[in-house]
Amino acid sequence: MISQSIPVIWYVIVAFILFSVGIAGLLLRRNAIVLLLCIELMLNAANLVLVAFSGVYKDLSPQIFVFFVLIVAAAEAAVGLAILALIFKNRDSADVSQFSRLKW
Amino acid sequence: MIFFFLFSAIAVLSALAVILFRNPVYSVLSLVLCLFAISGHYVLLNASFLAIVNIIVYAGAVMVLFLFVLMLMNLNHLSESLRSTKFKLAAASVSLVFFLVLLAIVETLRHGHLNTVASGSYDSSMIAISRTLFSTYAVPFELTAVLFLSTIVGAVLIGKKQGKDSE
Amino acid sequence: MVNIILSNLYYGIIFLPLLGWALLALFGHKISKTFAGVFASGLVGVSFCLSVLAFFNLTQKSLTLILPLFEWMKIGKVSINLSFLFDPLSIWMCLIITGVGCLIHIYSIGYMHDDPDAARFFSYLNLFSFFMLVLVISDNFLGLFIGWEGVGLCSYLLIGFWNRTHAYNEAAKKAFIMNRIGDLGLILGIFFLLAVFHSTTYSTVFSAAPALAIGSPIITIITLLFFVGVTGKSAQIPLYTWLPDAMAGPMPVSALIHAATMVIAGIYLIARAHVLFEMSPLTMSVVVVVGAATALWGALIAVGQQDIKKVLAYSTMSQLGYMVVALGLGAFSTSLFHMTTHAFFKALLFLAAGAVIHSLSGEQNIFRMGGLWKKIPATTFVFFLGVLAIAGCPPFSGFFSKDAILVAAAGYSSWLFVLMTGVSLLTAFYMFRLFYLVFLGNSRGDAHPHESPKVMLIPLFILSVLSAFAGLLNLPEHWVKGQWFSKMMSASVGIEKIPPEATSHLELFLFLGTVVFLGLLWFGAKQYSVMQAKNPDPEHQMSWLNRLLYRKFYIDELYDFLFVRSYLAFSRLLEISDRRIVDGIVQKAGGLVNVTGRGLKYLQSGDVGNYLLMLLVSVCFIWLMFTDIGRAIFIWVKGL
Repeated sequence: MISQSIPVIWYVIVAFILFSVGIAGLLLRRNAIVLLLCIELMLNAANLVLVAFSGVYKDLSPQIFVFFVLIVAAAEAAVGLAILALIFKNRDSADVSQFSRLKW
Repeated sequence: MIFFFLFSAIAVLSALAVILFRNPVYSVLSLVLCLFAISGHYVLLNASFLAIVNIIVYAGAVMVLFLFVLMLMNLNHLSESLRSTKFKLAAASVSLVFFLVLLAIVETLRHGHLNTVASGSYDSSMIAISRTLFSTYAVPFELTAVLFLSTIVGAVLIGKKQGKDSE
Repeated sequence: MVNIILSNLYYGIIFLPLLGWALLALFGHKISKTFAGVFASGLVGVSFCLSVLAFFNLTQKSLTLILPLFEWMKIGKVSINLSFLFDPLSIWMCLIITGVGCLIHIYSIGYMHDDPDAARFFSYLNLFSFFMLVLVISDNFLGLFIGWEGVGLCSYLLIGFWNRTHAYNEAAKKAFIMNRIGDLGLILGIFFLLAVFHSTTYSTVFSAAPALAIGSPIITIITLLFFVGVTGKSAQIPLYTWLPDAMAGPMPVSALIHAATMVIAGIYLIARAHVLFEMSPLTMSVVVVVGAATALWGALIAVGQQDIKKVLAYSTMSQLGYMVVALGLGAFSTSLFHMTTHAFFKALLFLAAGAVIHSLSGEQNIFRMGGLWKKIPATTFVFFLGVLAIAGCPPFSGFFSKDAILVAAAGYSSWLFVLMTGVSLLTAFYMFRLFYLVFLGNSRGDAHPHESPKVMLIPLFILSVLSAFAGLLNLPEHWVKGQWFSKMMSASVGIEKIPPEATSHLELFLFLGTVVFLGLLWFGAKQYSVMQAKNPDPEHQMSWLNRLLYRKFYIDELYDFLFVRSYLAFSRLLEISDRRIVDGIVQKAGGLVNVTGRGLKYLQSGDVGNYLLMLLVSVCFIWLMFTDIGRAIFIWVKGL
């Protein structure tokens, strides 16, 4: 590969930006699908940090860890969507603010 | 260098697009684009195998799953209630503050390493990964298989049609 | 040996009535009314017998006895013990209290015969006897105060005995509250006493007192404060208005408490503390002035009254004024002598009036009575004896006791002598008026009077005998070598100086003058009564003088305006502020919880985004603390 001389801090900053954007999305949006998407976004940001440090320490373990994160993200997306589908069937809406029985 | 900025720009912009589009389909597609950018970063970091895996699994399977659910449930036509402006402002500012806090943490933890160059040459080929995966991390690997099994069972159970006698 | 047994028996004088109260209070409703009355009377009778025993054993042999009870408190150097003192003054008071008391108890058996609460009545009478005995027989001022307060309490209980009628409860409250004002004076005096002498025991105080100068300010203060107490208890000006209202109670109560015993507590106090009073000429002058004014005032008001009990009440007030004047003149045993005779004939008058009211089935207005002498001759006769006694007609007891006071007054100033003589003439006038309107003439009412039962008449007879012959106790010095009473009392109250004006000429003048004036007054009163009886005016047609007297110089209205209204307004102010401010604060504190809850419920909005926002904010704060920058910010903020 082309050898780069980018300090790892840059990668960390980019990941932080992505992560914050994900959090902002989680706060702002009410569509359930988009919420799940934001969660995936945050997971990806974490993956980016991991891979960046794998390059720093010249160790493969963070990359293995990324594998597992990928696995878990996929599983979680699947189950989450199943639940969403069920709720949608019952309530006819994917708007999270409708699912608020647990309140005053 | 230029590739780094290119990929970063695409990633950040498409992330913003994810949260800003009204139509959830557009959001999903934006996330796919974001994933591609991140995979580009992986390549720059000498983790080429991971980059491909990211595209295949994440962009190719999980996002497609999202799209399937969207299409099948016709969720793209639903309108979503909006939050109050006050809240939007609060959310944006809190996210910004959060980002700054993260930076501050990193600053506190500075120990010289952060200026290190991120990519060096090391063996990150598929062979090396699989060697590590199936020897040192074999047990977690098997456990993930169990995890997937339970996921499948769970998803099927949850998504089953109600009304019939439970089996 | 015998003496020790006897000494212990004397405890019974005080505690038998207390036992009576306790037993009647607990079990009175289970026994018959008559039995309750007999039991109560019996206990007081036994007390009387024991008092007689004490009298013959101690006073006749010129002995004094102190019976200890227990040590009440010990504060620093001051030790207050409760004990009983048996000296001539206290034993004589016991005799009167238990003797007249016993007669009144017996009378009450008949009077309260129809009342369902009779047992309660007798229990209160016994309790009253107990407290009165404690008052006169304690050997220190605090024991006296216990009795003082106790009789005030019993007065309240007994005046308001028929507690279904609201007006009677008001009268009871009035009596108690006015007494309280007097009590404040008394207790302040006792505090000063304690501060100066470090003891309240009579013997200690009276032996230490002469060390101070005559007219020393502290003694004057103490005695003036004591006199405030006397004003309240013995119905002097200005704390007398409770006495006529106290007539709301049953007749035996009026006889016992407000004629013969409780009101004389003040007289007893001054007589007992004569050492202190003699040391303060200022107080003695005040006492004389107040006593004389009270005597005149009471007599004037009595002339205009229409209720038989009210006439007697004001006459009591006037006679108490006489006793107080005598005390102020230094004639202590004379005052006590008049107190004794007054106890006899006033109790007689009240009980006889009770018999009249009883026989007329409750009528109390003298303008609706008349012509009773034919129907109830026995009652008429005893009442007439009482009237003669109080008017000071010789040879009955009232003449000798009143005479002695007039002589003492002559020794002080001629103005006082003229005033007191004038008051006694007024006394005769209104008593004759009363007698005429109630018993003589033609019947104006339409009730059918019947003679009272024997159980009521016998005490009346006994009292009339005493009223007639009690004068023999203390005949004037110049006539017969009498003065037995004064000599006996001298052990307690000192030897009385006989003023130089008290020559035998004066005595003769008084004797003849009294007879002549009484005769004149008899006819004058008769004419006046006849005139009044023909046309008893309703109030709005009375002459201004008549109305002034009938309305008691409007003093009650004045007190109401000055004191009662302002105090009630003050209480209302306090009540409002209590409700609004104090309760308001408490309610606002509760409301605070309410408001906070209403604000905090939004935390549970059910909106995930909201939750996440709050989570994020807290996470930011916490993580910030782990960073150098965060800590720097924190320190900067703290430094502000």
